[in-house]
Amino acid sequence: MLMDELRGIYYILMKDLKAYYFKPPNISWGILFPLVLALAFSLRNPEGLIELAPGLVAMAAVFGTTSMEAIVITFERRTGALERLLLAPLSTHSILFAKVLGGAMFGGMISMAMTALAVIFFKMRVTNPLLFSITLCLTLLTLSALGALVAVSVKEVFEAQTLSNYFRFPMIFLSGVFIPVQSIPLPLRFVSYLLPLTYSVDALKGVTLHQTSIGWLMLDTAVLTLFFFGFMYASNAMLKRSLK
Amino acid sequence: MEKVIAARNLTKEYDGLLAVDHVSFEVNRGEVFGFLGPNGAGKTSTIRMLVGLTEPSEGSALVAGYDIRKEIVEVKRRVGVVTETSNLYDELTAGENLLFASQLYNVPRNERPTRIKELLERFHLTDRRDTKFGKLSRGLKRRVVIAAALVHRPEIIFMDEPTTGLDVVSARSLRKYIEELQKEGTTVFLTTHYIEEADQLADRIALIVKGNIVTVDTPERIKDKVKGTPIVEAILSREPNKLMIKNLGELGSVDLDERRISITTGNVMVALESLIHLAKQEGLEVQHIQTQRPSLEDAFVELTGISAESMMSEKSRGRR
Ligand SMILES: Nc1ncnc2c1ncn2[C@@H]1O[C@H](COP(=O)(O)OP(=O)(O)O)[C@@H](O)[C@H]1O
Ligand SMILES: [Mg+2]
Repeated sequence: MLMDELRGIYYILMKDLKAYYFKPPNISWGILFPLVLALAFSLRNPEGLIELAPGLVAMAAVFGTTSMEAIVITFERRTGALERLLLAPLSTHSILFAKVLGGAMFGGMISMAMTALAVIFFKMRVTNPLLFSITLCLTLLTLSALGALVAVSVKEVFEAQTLSNYFRFPMIFLSGVFIPVQSIPLPLRFVSYLLPLTYSVDALKGVTLHQTSIGWLMLDTAVLTLFFFGFMYASNAMLKRSLK
Repeated sequence: MEKVIAARNLTKEYDGLLAVDHVSFEVNRGEVFGFLGPNGAGKTSTIRMLVGLTEPSEGSALVAGYDIRKEIVEVKRRVGVVTETSNLYDELTAGENLLFASQLYNVPRNERPTRIKELLERFHLTDRRDTKFGKLSRGLKRRVVIAAALVHRPEIIFMDEPTTGLDVVSARSLRKYIEELQKEGTTVFLTTHYIEEADQLADRIALIVKGNIVTVDTPERIKDKVKGTPIVEAILSREPNKLMIKNLGELGSVDLDERRISITTGNVMVALESLIHLAKQEGLEVQHIQTQRPSLEDAFVELTGISAESMMSEKSRGRR
């Protein structure tokens, strides 16, 4: 049973990568986006770039995961292709998880490119590669699950884009990407703590800029994991509701 | 006979609208079961419940021996579904789409290539194997979709209006494929709003109107249910005389239009024999004689109270 589900996840993932993600225009966007982002910041603000680097990696993860994935899901819903998956002998959890993995892998490619740029040009140092990878993976999965939740909650492709922006922009400004969370005025800072990216940025900074204690990092990863399961659960519930 | 589908009080309600209203029916193994009804009758909703795309509001069904409410994954393993729209992946070729279907349904890896090859041959798609699905014509798309629904050798194949939107030629070739499927012993659950199609393909037909099943029977027996009795029609060499008409009148109602005489009767044999006998007596030549049964269309109109025009007819194909 479990093997069947895992196999199904793998094949859906491979199909999505082939049919949508790894198309030349998407690949080039995936490389150009972090390059332009890096270039823009190095021109504007040559000082303190290293401070910004982990935030830029997080931002690349945000846009990389949510942009394509929401389109893939809403598009498949419109064409009826998602129904094919729902007709297959698989649980809705597995179908959603396959979709989430697709988004996370595409976002992963973009964040890895960003990381490489940050290491080469901004002299970012990854002090703990293992923890960096774990944090990045968790971040990608969580953001991708959020993207899936957005996509199953709407009908149209453009609605998915609009709704994602309601999450993306506050995350960019309130999660410590540009402005440290500590310097955000208090009522707004509560919002910061409701955003998963806050914990990602904190952990990413912790394994690059500072030597944050393992305890804090564990807390960040635990919170991210909770967000991940919460989003997965919610998107499954939304998907099930649409089948009622 | 072995039942492969048994629906009990199956009901689907959408915000107060009863799309499917406590329907019960059974489908035998190996038959083509036609679900015939006008647009909005509840055909698609019924299929969607039976294959696990939506939950019943009430009632349940056994499909391939499993309860759709409790063991839907087991049901899904055993059925193939051709939905109303051709929903394979435009970005993948016909062959890749079939491969993906075989992966999703867990066809053993070493069997995949032969099965795909067989299906492509059978549906005359071999030369389209490497064409992107999105680039195929409607008729070819339907064929690939049906092939994809068969890749795991399902016990039952559900087809939701498979010929709707197709031109006459593609529709005709598709019906041939459906007939072949049945010959091989696959159970086919087919919805349609074409009366002629149900008549031609289905072993048994359920007439569904406004979420209710009006009747379930073979096309022939449905025709028999109609009160409108058969008509015996003849063209004679001369206009018959009054006495002959009076005599024939005892068999049923007689209509006369110069040399054309028609008798609506409950007993075709007696009417035929009397007509020929009386004509001979009067020295009339019978130039043409035929009998007519009420069509499935007549039966449909009588049983449902819906005019046949409100159903789409074969002639309106392509205008959709
Ligand atoms: N998802 C839905 N939400 C609300 N109403 C629906 C939905 N699907 C179908 N209906 C309604 O249910 C009725 C039956 O529809 P359907 O099962 O599609 O009929 P058919 O396939 O026979 O044309 C129609 O009145 C239709 O408008
Ligand atoms: Mg329909």
